[in-house]
Amino acid sequence: MKADPKADPTAEPQYMIRFDKVGKRYGDHQVLRDLDFTVRPRERCTLIGPSGSGKTTILRLLMTLERVTSGTIEVDGELLSHMRRGDRLVPADEKHLRRVRRKVGMVFQQFNLFPNMNVLRNITEAPVRVLGRSREEAEQRAMELLEMVGLSGKADAHPGRLSGGQQQRVAIARALAMEPEILLLDEVTSALDPELVAGVQSLLRDIASEGNLTILCVTHEMNFARDISDRVLMFDHGQIVEEGPPEKIFSDPVEQRTRDFLQAVLQT
Amino acid sequence: MNPCSSDLPGTVGEAMPFLCDGALVTAQATLGGAALALVLAFAAGLAMLSPRRLVRVPARVYMEFFRGTSVIVQMFWIFFALPVLTGYRLAPLAAGILALGLNLGAYGAEVVRGGVLAVPRAQREAAIALNFSPYQRMRYVIMPQALAAMLPPLNNLLIELLKATSLVSAISVGDLIFESKALINSGSDRAVVMVLVMVIYLLYAGLITAVMRLLERRMARMLGREVRPLWPRRRRRSAGGELTVAAGGAR
Ligand SMILES: Nc1ncnc2c1ncn2[C@@H]1O[C@H](COP(=O)(O)OP(=O)(O)O)[C@@H](O)[C@H]1O
Ligand SMILES: [Mg+2]
Repeated sequence: MKADPKADPTAEPQYMIRFDKVGKRYGDHQVLRDLDFTVRPRERCTLIGPSGSGKTTILRLLMTLERVTSGTIEVDGELLSHMRRGDRLVPADEKHLRRVRRKVGMVFQQFNLFPNMNVLRNITEAPVRVLGRSREEAEQRAMELLEMVGLSGKADAHPGRLSGGQQQRVAIARALAMEPEILLLDEVTSALDPELVAGVQSLLRDIASEGNLTILCVTHEMNFARDISDRVLMFDHGQIVEEGPPEKIFSDPVEQRTRDFLQAVLQT
Repeated sequence: MNPCSSDLPGTVGEAMPFLCDGALVTAQATLGGAALALVLAFAAGLAMLSPRRLVRVPARVYMEFFRGTSVIVQMFWIFFALPVLTGYRLAPLAAGILALGLNLGAYGAEVVRGGVLAVPRAQREAAIALNFSPYQRMRYVIMPQALAAMLPPLNNLLIELLKATSLVSAISVGDLIFESKALINSGSDRAVVMVLVMVIYLLYAGLITAVMRLLERRMARMLGREVRPLWPRRRRRSAGGELTVAAGGAR
Protein backbone atom coordinates (compact mmCIF):
# COMPACT_ATOMS: atom_id res chain seq x y z
CA MET A 1 0.00 0.00 0.00
CA LYS A 2 1.31 3.40 -1.02
CA ALA A 3 0.60 6.24 1.35
CA ASP A 4 2.47 9.36 2.21
CA PRO A 5 4.07 8.84 5.61
CA LYS A 6 5.42 12.39 5.67
CA ALA A 7 1.97 14.04 5.75
CA ASP A 8 1.95 16.24 8.82
CA PRO A 9 -0.87 15.19 11.16
CA THR A 10 -0.70 18.47 13.12
CA ALA A 11 -1.37 20.75 10.15
CA GLU A 12 -4.61 22.73 10.27
CA PRO A 13 -7.07 20.71 8.17
CA GLN A 14 -8.32 22.56 5.13
CA TYR A 15 -10.47 19.63 4.28
CA MET A 16 -13.19 17.90 6.22
CA ILE A 17 -12.90 14.89 3.95
CA ARG A 18 -9.94 13.91 1.85
CA PHE A 19 -9.68 10.86 -0.41
CA ASP A 20 -6.12 10.18 -1.50
CA LYS A 21 -5.68 7.63 -4.31
CA VAL A 22 -8.44 5.52 -2.81
CA GLY A 23 -9.01 2.11 -4.32
CA LYS A 24 -11.76 -0.29 -3.36
CA ARG A 25 -12.06 -3.78 -4.71
CA TYR A 26 -14.64 -6.48 -4.08
CA GLY A 27 -12.96 -9.68 -5.18
CA ASP A 28 -12.00 -9.08 -8.80
CA HIS A 29 -14.29 -6.11 -9.13
CA GLN A 30 -12.40 -2.81 -8.84
CA VAL A 31 -15.14 -0.38 -7.78
CA LEU A 32 -12.95 2.65 -7.05
CA ARG A 33 -9.55 3.28 -8.58
CA ASP A 34 -7.11 6.01 -7.48
CA LEU A 35 -9.94 8.25 -6.40
CA ASP A 36 -8.89 11.72 -5.21
CA PHE A 37 -11.35 14.25 -3.93
CA THR A 38 -11.79 16.62 -1.04
CA VAL A 39 -14.67 18.28 0.73
CA ARG A 40 -14.21 21.51 2.69
CA PRO A 41 -15.69 22.01 6.14
CA ARG A 42 -19.41 22.82 5.91
CA GLU A 43 -19.47 22.17 2.22
CA ARG A 44 -22.54 20.38 0.87
CA CYS A 45 -21.75 17.97 -1.93
CA THR A 46 -24.02 15.78 -3.96
CA LEU A 47 -22.82 12.66 -5.72
CA ILE A 48 -24.71 11.74 -8.85
CA GLY A 49 -24.07 9.07 -11.42
CA PRO A 50 -25.43 5.83 -12.80
CA SER A 51 -26.28 2.93 -10.56
CA GLY A 52 -23.21 0.86 -9.72
CA SER A 53 -20.78 3.74 -10.20
CA GLY A 54 -19.56 3.50 -6.59
CA LYS A 55 -21.47 6.30 -4.83
CA THR A 56 -22.71 4.15 -1.97
CA THR A 57 -19.25 2.63 -1.64
CA ILE A 58 -17.80 6.09 -1.01
CA LEU A 59 -20.27 6.77 1.78
CA ARG A 60 -19.75 3.30 3.28
CA LEU A 61 -16.00 3.84 3.31
CA LEU A 62 -16.50 7.12 5.15
CA MET A 63 -18.82 5.43 7.64
CA THR A 64 -16.15 2.74 8.15
CA LEU A 65 -18.58 0.05 7.03
CA GLU A 66 -15.95 -0.92 4.44
CA ARG A 67 -12.19 -0.66 4.35
CA VAL A 68 -10.17 0.77 1.48
CA THR A 69 -8.02 -1.67 -0.46
CA SER A 70 -5.50 1.06 -1.32
CA GLY A 71 -4.93 4.74 -0.60
CA THR A 72 -6.04 6.69 2.46
CA ILE A 73 -9.05 8.62 3.67
CA GLU A 74 -8.80 11.53 6.10
CA VAL A 75 -11.63 13.02 8.09
CA ASP A 76 -11.00 16.40 9.71
CA GLY A 77 -7.26 15.90 9.31
CA GLU A 78 -7.25 12.44 10.88
CA LEU A 79 -6.66 9.19 9.07
CA LEU A 80 -9.83 7.15 8.97
CA SER A 81 -8.97 3.74 7.67
CA HIS A 82 -5.41 3.70 8.95
CA MET A 83 -3.41 4.80 11.93
CA ARG A 84 0.22 5.65 12.34
CA ARG A 85 2.50 3.26 14.11
CA GLY A 86 5.97 4.78 14.15
CA ASP A 87 6.35 5.99 10.59
CA ARG A 88 4.24 3.23 9.11
CA LEU A 89 0.56 3.18 8.31
CA VAL A 90 -1.34 0.18 9.64
CA PRO A 91 -5.05 -0.64 9.39
CA ALA A 92 -7.00 1.21 12.06
CA ASP A 93 -8.02 -0.73 15.15
CA GLU A 94 -11.44 -0.51 16.79
CA LYS A 95 -10.37 2.18 19.25
CA HIS A 96 -9.07 4.41 16.49
CA LEU A 97 -12.16 3.82 14.37
CA ARG A 98 -14.46 4.79 17.21
CA ARG A 99 -12.60 8.05 17.75
CA VAL A 100 -12.70 9.17 14.11
CA ARG A 101 -16.19 7.80 13.50
CA ARG A 102 -17.59 10.12 16.15
CA LYS A 103 -17.55 12.92 13.60
CA VAL A 104 -19.56 11.05 10.98
CA GLY A 105 -23.27 10.24 10.88
CA MET A 106 -25.26 8.44 8.22
CA VAL A 107 -28.85 8.12 7.09
CA PHE A 108 -29.63 4.98 5.11
CA GLN A 109 -31.94 4.34 2.22
CA GLN A 110 -33.90 1.78 4.24
CA PHE A 111 -33.94 3.82 7.49
CA ASN A 112 -32.63 0.88 9.56
CA LEU A 113 -34.35 1.91 12.78
CA PHE A 114 -33.95 -0.54 15.66
CA PRO A 115 -37.19 -2.55 15.94
CA ASN A 116 -36.45 -3.50 19.56
CA MET A 117 -36.71 0.13 20.73
CA ASN A 118 -39.43 2.74 20.53
CA VAL A 119 -38.84 5.99 18.66
CA LEU A 120 -37.48 7.90 21.64
CA ARG A 121 -35.12 5.08 22.55
CA ASN A 122 -33.87 4.85 18.97
CA ILE A 123 -32.76 8.46 19.29
CA THR A 124 -31.44 8.42 22.86
CA GLU A 125 -29.69 5.05 23.04
CA ALA A 126 -26.45 6.07 21.35
CA PRO A 127 -26.09 9.47 23.07
CA VAL A 128 -26.53 7.68 26.42
CA ARG A 129 -24.36 4.62 25.73
CA VAL A 130 -21.75 6.15 23.45
CA LEU A 131 -21.51 9.81 24.45
CA GLY A 132 -22.25 9.16 28.12
CA ARG A 133 -25.14 11.62 28.29
CA SER A 134 -27.64 11.31 31.11
CA ARG A 135 -30.96 9.81 30.13
CA GLU A 136 -32.83 13.06 30.94
CA GLU A 137 -30.46 15.18 28.89
CA ALA A 138 -30.64 12.78 25.96
CA GLU A 139 -34.44 12.64 26.11
CA GLN A 140 -34.75 16.39 26.24
CA ARG A 141 -32.56 16.71 23.15
CA ALA A 142 -34.46 13.89 21.44
CA MET A 143 -37.76 15.67 22.03
CA GLU A 144 -36.33 18.84 20.46
CA LEU A 145 -35.20 16.83 17.45
CA LEU A 146 -38.56 15.07 17.18
CA GLU A 147 -40.23 18.46 17.21
CA MET A 148 -37.90 19.63 14.46
CA VAL A 149 -38.73 16.62 12.27
CA GLY A 150 -42.43 17.06 13.05
CA LEU A 151 -42.97 13.90 15.10
CA SER A 152 -43.37 15.16 18.68
CA GLY A 153 -46.36 12.92 19.19
CA LYS A 154 -44.58 9.73 18.18
CA ALA A 155 -41.93 9.44 20.90
CA ASP A 156 -43.48 6.29 22.38
CA ALA A 157 -44.48 4.73 19.07
CA HIS A 158 -42.92 1.59 17.71
CA PRO A 159 -40.90 2.30 14.54
CA GLY A 160 -42.80 -0.42 12.67
CA ARG A 161 -46.04 1.48 13.19
CA LEU A 162 -44.75 4.56 11.35
CA SER A 163 -44.93 5.34 7.66
CA GLY A 164 -41.72 5.23 5.65
CA GLY A 165 -41.50 9.00 5.65
CA GLN A 166 -41.92 9.13 9.41
CA GLN A 167 -39.33 6.39 9.90
CA GLN A 168 -36.84 8.29 7.78
CA ARG A 169 -37.45 11.45 9.84
CA VAL A 170 -36.73 9.49 12.99
CA ALA A 171 -33.56 8.13 11.37
CA ILE A 172 -32.49 11.70 10.57
CA ALA A 173 -33.17 12.77 14.16
CA ARG A 174 -31.24 9.75 15.41
CA ALA A 175 -28.20 10.63 13.32
CA LEU A 176 -28.32 14.31 14.37
CA ALA A 177 -28.59 13.36 18.05
CA MET A 178 -24.98 12.19 17.86
CA GLU A 179 -23.93 15.69 16.79
CA PRO A 180 -21.88 14.64 13.78
CA GLU A 181 -19.82 17.10 11.81
CA ILE A 182 -20.35 15.15 8.62
CA LEU A 183 -23.74 13.83 7.56
CA LEU A 184 -23.91 11.13 4.89
CA LEU A 185 -27.21 10.71 3.06
CA ASP A 186 -27.54 7.70 0.80
CA GLU A 187 -30.62 7.99 -1.43
CA VAL A 188 -32.68 8.71 1.65
CA THR A 189 -35.93 9.19 -0.25
CA SER A 190 -35.68 6.35 -2.78
CA ALA A 191 -37.50 3.86 -0.58
CA LEU A 192 -40.38 6.24 0.12
CA ASP A 193 -43.81 6.38 -1.46
CA PRO A 194 -43.91 9.37 -3.85
CA GLU A 195 -46.23 11.43 -1.67
CA LEU A 196 -43.83 11.20 1.29
CA VAL A 197 -40.71 12.31 -0.58
CA ALA A 198 -41.39 16.05 -0.51
CA GLY A 199 -41.72 16.20 3.28
CA VAL A 200 -38.42 14.47 3.94
CA GLN A 201 -36.69 16.57 1.31
CA SER A 202 -37.91 19.83 2.76
CA LEU A 203 -36.72 18.71 6.21
CA LEU A 204 -33.28 18.01 4.76
CA ARG A 205 -33.29 21.35 2.96
CA ASP A 206 -33.81 23.07 6.30
CA ILE A 207 -31.03 21.06 7.90
CA ALA A 208 -28.66 21.76 5.03
CA SER A 209 -29.45 25.48 5.01
CA GLU A 210 -28.43 25.82 8.65
CA GLY A 211 -24.97 25.41 7.24
CA ASN A 212 -23.15 23.90 10.21
CA LEU A 213 -22.81 20.42 8.77
CA THR A 214 -20.61 19.01 6.07
CA ILE A 215 -23.01 17.02 3.91
CA LEU A 216 -22.30 14.31 1.41
CA CYS A 217 -25.48 13.30 -0.34
CA VAL A 218 -26.26 10.66 -2.94
CA THR A 219 -29.52 11.24 -4.78
CA HIS A 220 -31.30 10.80 -8.07
CA GLU A 221 -33.58 13.77 -7.39
CA MET A 222 -31.93 16.53 -9.35
CA ASN A 223 -34.08 19.37 -8.02
CA PHE A 224 -33.25 18.33 -4.51
CA ALA A 225 -29.56 18.14 -5.39
CA ARG A 226 -29.72 21.63 -6.85
CA ASP A 227 -31.37 23.01 -3.70
CA ILE A 228 -29.07 21.60 -1.09
CA SER A 229 -25.64 21.46 -2.64
CA ASP A 230 -22.71 23.78 -3.15
CA ARG A 231 -21.09 21.31 -5.48
CA VAL A 232 -22.19 18.36 -7.58
CA LEU A 233 -19.86 15.50 -8.46
CA MET A 234 -20.73 13.29 -11.39
CA PHE A 235 -19.43 9.74 -10.99
CA ASP A 236 -19.00 6.94 -13.44
CA HIS A 237 -17.09 3.70 -12.96
CA GLY A 238 -15.74 4.90 -9.63
CA GLN A 239 -14.21 8.05 -11.00
CA ILE A 240 -15.23 11.69 -11.04
CA VAL A 241 -16.28 12.56 -14.55
CA GLU A 242 -17.14 16.16 -13.88
CA GLU A 243 -17.76 18.46 -10.94
CA GLY A 244 -18.94 21.96 -10.32
CA PRO A 245 -21.70 24.10 -8.84
CA PRO A 246 -25.18 22.68 -9.42
CA GLU A 247 -26.22 25.45 -11.84
CA LYS A 248 -23.26 24.63 -14.04
CA ILE A 249 -23.58 20.83 -13.93
CA PHE A 250 -27.32 20.77 -14.47
CA SER A 251 -27.65 23.46 -17.13
CA ASP A 252 -24.37 23.32 -18.94
CA PRO A 253 -22.51 20.05 -18.45
CA VAL A 254 -19.28 19.64 -20.36
CA GLU A 255 -18.95 15.87 -20.49
CA GLN A 256 -21.05 13.73 -22.75
CA ARG A 257 -21.46 11.10 -20.02
CA THR A 258 -22.96 13.73 -17.69
CA ARG A 259 -25.35 14.85 -20.41
CA ASP A 260 -26.44 11.30 -21.13
CA PHE A 261 -26.94 10.58 -17.45
CA LEU A 262 -28.95 13.74 -16.79
CA GLN A 263 -31.10 13.12 -19.81
CA ALA A 264 -31.82 9.57 -18.67
CA VAL A 265 -32.68 10.69 -15.12
CA LEU A 266 -34.79 13.66 -16.11
CA GLN A 267 -36.84 11.56 -18.50
CA THR A 268 -38.11 9.28 -15.72
CA MET B 1 -55.87 -33.30 47.09
CA ASN B 2 -52.15 -33.97 47.21
CA PRO B 3 -51.31 -35.92 44.05
CA CYS B 4 -48.26 -37.42 45.81
CA SER B 5 -50.34 -38.92 48.60
CA SER B 6 -50.36 -42.67 49.22
CA ASP B 7 -54.07 -42.37 50.13
CA LEU B 8 -54.96 -42.43 46.45
CA PRO B 9 -56.70 -45.64 45.41
CA GLY B 10 -55.00 -48.79 44.07
CA THR B 11 -51.80 -48.75 42.02
CA VAL B 12 -51.94 -44.94 41.78
CA GLY B 13 -51.66 -44.53 45.55
CA GLU B 14 -48.93 -47.15 45.62
CA ALA B 15 -46.89 -45.49 42.85
CA MET B 16 -47.38 -41.74 43.25
CA PRO B 17 -45.16 -41.15 46.31
CA PHE B 18 -42.25 -42.76 44.45
CA LEU B 19 -43.05 -41.14 41.13
CA CYS B 20 -43.20 -37.72 42.79
CA ASP B 21 -39.69 -38.26 44.16
CA GLY B 22 -38.61 -39.23 40.67
CA ALA B 23 -40.40 -36.28 39.12
CA LEU B 24 -38.53 -33.92 41.43
CA VAL B 25 -35.18 -35.40 40.36
CA THR B 26 -36.22 -35.19 36.69
CA ALA B 27 -37.05 -31.51 37.26
CA GLN B 28 -33.66 -30.95 38.86
CA ALA B 29 -31.86 -32.66 36.00
CA THR B 30 -33.85 -30.62 33.46
CA LEU B 31 -33.33 -27.27 35.15
CA GLY B 32 -29.66 -27.95 35.92
CA GLY B 33 -29.01 -29.21 32.40
CA ALA B 34 -30.87 -26.27 30.90
CA ALA B 35 -28.92 -23.71 32.93
CA LEU B 36 -25.59 -25.24 31.95
CA ALA B 37 -26.68 -25.73 28.34
CA LEU B 38 -27.77 -22.09 28.02
CA VAL B 39 -24.48 -20.77 29.37
CA LEU B 40 -22.50 -23.04 27.05
CA ALA B 41 -24.77 -22.33 24.08
CA PHE B 42 -24.31 -18.56 24.36
CA ALA B 43 -20.59 -18.82 25.06
CA ALA B 44 -19.89 -21.20 22.18
CA GLY B 45 -22.47 -19.68 19.82
CA LEU B 46 -20.99 -16.19 20.17
CA ALA B 47 -17.44 -17.54 20.07
CA MET B 48 -18.20 -19.22 16.73
CA LEU B 49 -19.04 -15.75 15.36
CA SER B 50 -15.77 -14.24 16.51
CA PRO B 51 -13.43 -12.83 13.87
CA ARG B 52 -10.55 -14.52 15.70
CA ARG B 53 -9.67 -18.06 14.77
CA LEU B 54 -8.31 -18.75 18.21
CA VAL B 55 -11.75 -18.11 19.68
CA ARG B 56 -13.76 -19.64 16.87
CA VAL B 57 -11.98 -22.95 16.48
CA PRO B 58 -12.26 -24.26 20.08
CA ALA B 59 -15.97 -23.39 20.10
CA ARG B 60 -16.46 -25.23 16.83
CA VAL B 61 -14.55 -28.27 18.12
CA TYR B 62 -16.65 -28.33 21.29
CA MET B 63 -19.84 -28.14 19.27
CA GLU B 64 -18.91 -30.82 16.74
CA PHE B 65 -17.61 -33.17 19.43
CA PHE B 66 -20.60 -33.05 21.74
CA ARG B 67 -23.12 -33.03 18.92
CA GLY B 68 -21.42 -35.96 17.24
CA THR B 69 -21.37 -38.36 20.19
CA SER B 70 -24.34 -39.64 22.15
CA VAL B 71 -25.38 -38.29 25.56
CA ILE B 72 -25.34 -41.70 27.15
CA VAL B 73 -21.74 -42.31 26.13
CA GLN B 74 -20.77 -38.86 27.41
CA MET B 75 -22.55 -39.60 30.66
CA PHE B 76 -20.74 -42.92 31.10
CA TRP B 77 -17.44 -41.23 30.41
CA ILE B 78 -18.04 -38.50 32.95
CA PHE B 79 -19.39 -40.88 35.57
CA PHE B 80 -17.19 -43.97 35.14
CA ALA B 81 -14.07 -43.00 33.19
CA LEU B 82 -13.33 -39.55 34.59
CA PRO B 83 -12.87 -40.77 38.18
CA VAL B 84 -10.35 -43.33 36.93
CA LEU B 85 -8.45 -40.69 34.96
CA THR B 86 -8.60 -37.81 37.44
CA GLY B 87 -9.33 -39.50 40.75
CA TYR B 88 -12.28 -37.16 41.22
CA ARG B 89 -15.75 -38.58 41.40
CA LEU B 90 -18.92 -36.57 40.70
CA ALA B 91 -22.25 -37.35 42.35
CA PRO B 92 -24.46 -39.25 39.87
CA LEU B 93 -26.94 -36.38 39.43
CA ALA B 94 -24.10 -33.88 38.90
CA ALA B 95 -22.49 -36.14 36.31
CA GLY B 96 -25.86 -36.47 34.55
CA ILE B 97 -26.44 -32.72 34.54
CA LEU B 98 -22.93 -32.11 33.25
CA ALA B 99 -23.38 -34.54 30.37
CA LEU B 100 -26.83 -33.18 29.47
CA GLY B 101 -25.63 -29.57 29.66
CA LEU B 102 -22.58 -30.25 27.51
CA ASN B 103 -24.61 -32.09 24.90
CA LEU B 104 -27.58 -29.73 24.65
CA GLY B 105 -25.25 -26.73 24.91
CA ALA B 106 -23.59 -27.93 21.70
CA TYR B 107 -26.92 -27.96 19.88
CA GLY B 108 -27.87 -24.64 21.49
CA ALA B 109 -24.64 -23.04 20.23
CA GLU B 110 -25.83 -23.52 16.68
CA VAL B 111 -29.20 -22.01 17.58
CA VAL B 112 -27.53 -18.96 19.12
CA ARG B 113 -25.23 -18.56 16.13
CA GLY B 114 -28.16 -18.88 13.72
CA GLY B 115 -30.24 -16.39 15.70
CA VAL B 116 -27.51 -13.76 15.57
CA LEU B 117 -26.94 -14.34 11.86
CA ALA B 118 -30.68 -13.97 11.24
CA VAL B 119 -30.57 -10.31 12.30
CA PRO B 120 -30.27 -8.20 9.13
CA ARG B 121 -26.77 -6.90 8.45
CA ALA B 122 -28.21 -3.39 8.13
CA GLN B 123 -28.98 -3.39 11.85
CA ARG B 124 -25.33 -3.91 12.66
CA GLU B 125 -24.35 -1.19 10.21
CA ALA B 126 -26.82 1.28 11.71
CA ALA B 127 -25.30 0.52 15.10
CA ILE B 128 -21.80 1.13 13.74
CA ALA B 129 -22.97 4.43 12.23
CA LEU B 130 -24.03 5.47 15.74
CA ASN B 131 -20.57 4.51 16.98
CA PHE B 132 -21.67 1.77 19.37
CA SER B 133 -18.79 -0.45 20.53
CA PRO B 134 -18.82 -4.08 19.35
CA TYR B 135 -20.10 -5.16 22.77
CA GLN B 136 -22.83 -2.51 22.78
CA ARG B 137 -23.90 -3.49 19.27
CA MET B 138 -24.40 -7.06 20.41
CA ARG B 139 -25.96 -6.19 23.75
CA TYR B 140 -28.43 -3.47 22.79
CA VAL B 141 -29.13 -4.00 19.10
CA ILE B 142 -28.35 -7.50 17.80
CA MET B 143 -29.05 -9.79 20.75
CA PRO B 144 -32.52 -8.48 21.61
CA GLN B 145 -33.56 -9.14 18.02
CA ALA B 146 -31.69 -12.44 17.78
CA LEU B 147 -33.42 -13.79 20.90
CA ALA B 148 -36.76 -13.60 19.14
CA ALA B 149 -35.47 -15.92 16.42
CA MET B 150 -33.89 -18.26 18.98
CA LEU B 151 -36.89 -18.89 21.20
CA PRO B 152 -38.81 -21.44 19.11
CA PRO B 153 -35.76 -23.68 18.47
CA LEU B 154 -34.68 -23.30 22.10
CA ASN B 155 -38.13 -24.49 23.13
CA ASN B 156 -37.57 -27.63 21.05
CA LEU B 157 -34.17 -28.15 22.62
CA LEU B 158 -35.57 -27.84 26.15
CA ILE B 159 -38.16 -30.50 25.34
CA GLU B 160 -35.36 -32.68 23.96
CA LEU B 161 -33.46 -32.09 27.16
CA LEU B 162 -36.46 -33.06 29.28
CA LYS B 163 -36.73 -36.34 27.43
CA ALA B 164 -32.98 -36.95 27.55
CA THR B 165 -32.97 -36.68 31.35
CA SER B 166 -34.37 -40.22 31.38
CA LEU B 167 -30.83 -41.36 30.55
CA VAL B 168 -29.59 -40.42 34.02
CA SER B 169 -31.37 -43.51 35.32
CA ALA B 170 -28.55 -45.47 33.63
CA ILE B 171 -26.07 -44.06 36.14
CA SER B 172 -28.42 -44.86 39.04
CA VAL B 173 -29.95 -41.40 39.49
CA GLY B 174 -33.45 -41.79 40.94
CA ASP B 175 -35.43 -39.95 38.27
CA LEU B 176 -38.93 -40.74 37.00
CA ILE B 177 -37.77 -43.63 34.84
CA PHE B 178 -35.59 -45.09 37.60
CA GLU B 179 -38.49 -44.99 40.07
CA SER B 180 -40.98 -46.42 37.60
CA LYS B 181 -38.69 -49.36 36.83
CA ALA B 182 -38.26 -49.98 40.55
CA LEU B 183 -42.04 -49.93 40.99
CA ILE B 184 -42.62 -52.35 38.12
CA ASN B 185 -39.89 -54.67 39.37
CA SER B 186 -41.54 -54.78 42.78
CA GLY B 187 -44.85 -55.83 41.26
CA SER B 188 -46.84 -52.62 40.54
CA ASP B 189 -49.16 -52.68 37.52
CA ARG B 190 -46.91 -51.86 34.58
CA ALA B 191 -49.62 -50.18 32.48
CA VAL B 192 -50.78 -47.86 35.25
CA VAL B 193 -47.23 -46.84 36.14
CA MET B 194 -46.35 -46.11 32.51
CA VAL B 195 -49.48 -43.98 32.04
CA LEU B 196 -48.65 -41.96 35.14
CA VAL B 197 -45.05 -41.45 33.97
CA MET B 198 -46.26 -40.31 30.58
CA VAL B 199 -48.71 -37.83 32.09
CA ILE B 200 -45.97 -36.31 34.25
CA TYR B 201 -43.64 -35.90 31.27
CA LEU B 202 -46.42 -34.29 29.26
CA LEU B 203 -47.17 -31.88 32.09
CA TYR B 204 -43.53 -30.87 32.22
CA ALA B 205 -43.33 -30.42 28.47
CA GLY B 206 -46.50 -28.33 28.55
CA LEU B 207 -45.01 -26.18 31.29
CA ILE B 208 -41.82 -25.57 29.28
CA THR B 209 -43.81 -24.66 26.18
CA ALA B 210 -46.08 -22.32 28.14
CA VAL B 211 -43.10 -20.45 29.60
CA MET B 212 -41.42 -20.21 26.21
CA ARG B 213 -44.64 -18.97 24.61
CA LEU B 214 -44.89 -16.22 27.20
CA LEU B 215 -41.33 -15.20 26.42
CA GLU B 216 -42.08 -15.27 22.71
CA ARG B 217 -45.05 -12.98 23.23
CA ARG B 218 -42.97 -10.52 25.21
CA MET B 219 -40.37 -10.53 22.46
CA ALA B 220 -42.95 -10.09 19.74
CA ARG B 221 -44.44 -7.15 21.59
CA MET B 222 -41.01 -5.60 22.05
CA LEU B 223 -40.31 -5.93 18.33
CA GLY B 224 -43.72 -4.53 17.47
CA ARG B 225 -44.81 -7.72 15.78
CA GLU B 226 -48.21 -9.30 15.72
CA VAL B 227 -48.62 -11.16 19.01
CA ARG B 228 -49.73 -14.77 18.60
CA PRO B 229 -52.47 -15.87 20.98
CA LEU B 230 -51.15 -18.07 23.82
CA TRP B 231 -53.46 -20.93 22.92
CA PRO B 232 -54.39 -20.69 19.27
CA ARG B 233 -58.11 -20.98 18.84
CA ARG B 234 -59.07 -24.30 17.35
CA ARG B 235 -60.43 -24.14 13.87
CA ARG B 236 -63.06 -26.59 12.82
CA ARG B 237 -64.54 -27.52 9.55
CA SER B 238 -68.26 -26.79 9.59
CA ALA B 239 -70.72 -28.90 7.64
CA GLY B 240 -70.61 -26.49 4.72
CA GLY B 241 -66.87 -26.96 4.50
CA GLU B 242 -65.85 -23.40 5.27
CA LEU B 243 -63.48 -22.73 8.13
CA THR B 244 -64.98 -21.27 11.26
CA VAL B 245 -63.43 -20.42 14.59
CA ALA B 246 -64.66 -22.90 17.19
CA ALA B 247 -65.81 -20.21 19.58
CA GLY B 248 -67.72 -18.47 16.79
CA GLY B 249 -70.32 -19.81 14.40
CA ALA B 250 -70.05 -23.60 14.63
CA ARG B 251 -71.60 -25.25 17.63
N1 LIG C 1 -20.40 -6.08 -0.76
C1 LIG C 1 -20.17 -6.09 -2.10
N2 LIG C 1 -19.65 -7.17 -2.70
C2 LIG C 1 -19.40 -7.18 -4.02
N3 LIG C 1 -19.67 -6.17 -4.84
C3 LIG C 1 -20.20 -5.05 -4.32
C4 LIG C 1 -20.47 -4.95 -2.92
N4 LIG C 1 -20.99 -3.73 -2.68
C5 LIG C 1 -21.04 -3.09 -3.87
N5 LIG C 1 -20.56 -3.88 -4.85
C6 LIG C 1 -20.43 -3.51 -6.27
O1 LIG C 1 -19.74 -2.30 -6.35
C7 LIG C 1 -20.26 -1.50 -7.38
C8 LIG C 1 -20.59 -0.13 -6.85
O2 LIG C 1 -21.66 -0.25 -5.95
P1 LIG C 1 -22.31 0.99 -5.22
O3 LIG C 1 -21.25 1.76 -4.52
O4 LIG C 1 -23.41 0.47 -4.39
O5 LIG C 1 -22.87 1.84 -6.44
P2 LIG C 1 -23.96 2.99 -6.48
O6 LIG C 1 -24.31 3.37 -5.08
O7 LIG C 1 -23.30 4.09 -7.22
O8 LIG C 1 -25.13 2.44 -7.23
C9 LIG C 1 -21.46 -2.24 -7.95
O9 LIG C 1 -21.06 -2.84 -9.15
C10 LIG C 1 -21.77 -3.27 -6.91
O10 LIG C 1 -22.27 -4.44 -7.53
MG1 LIG D 1 -26.19 3.29 -4.07
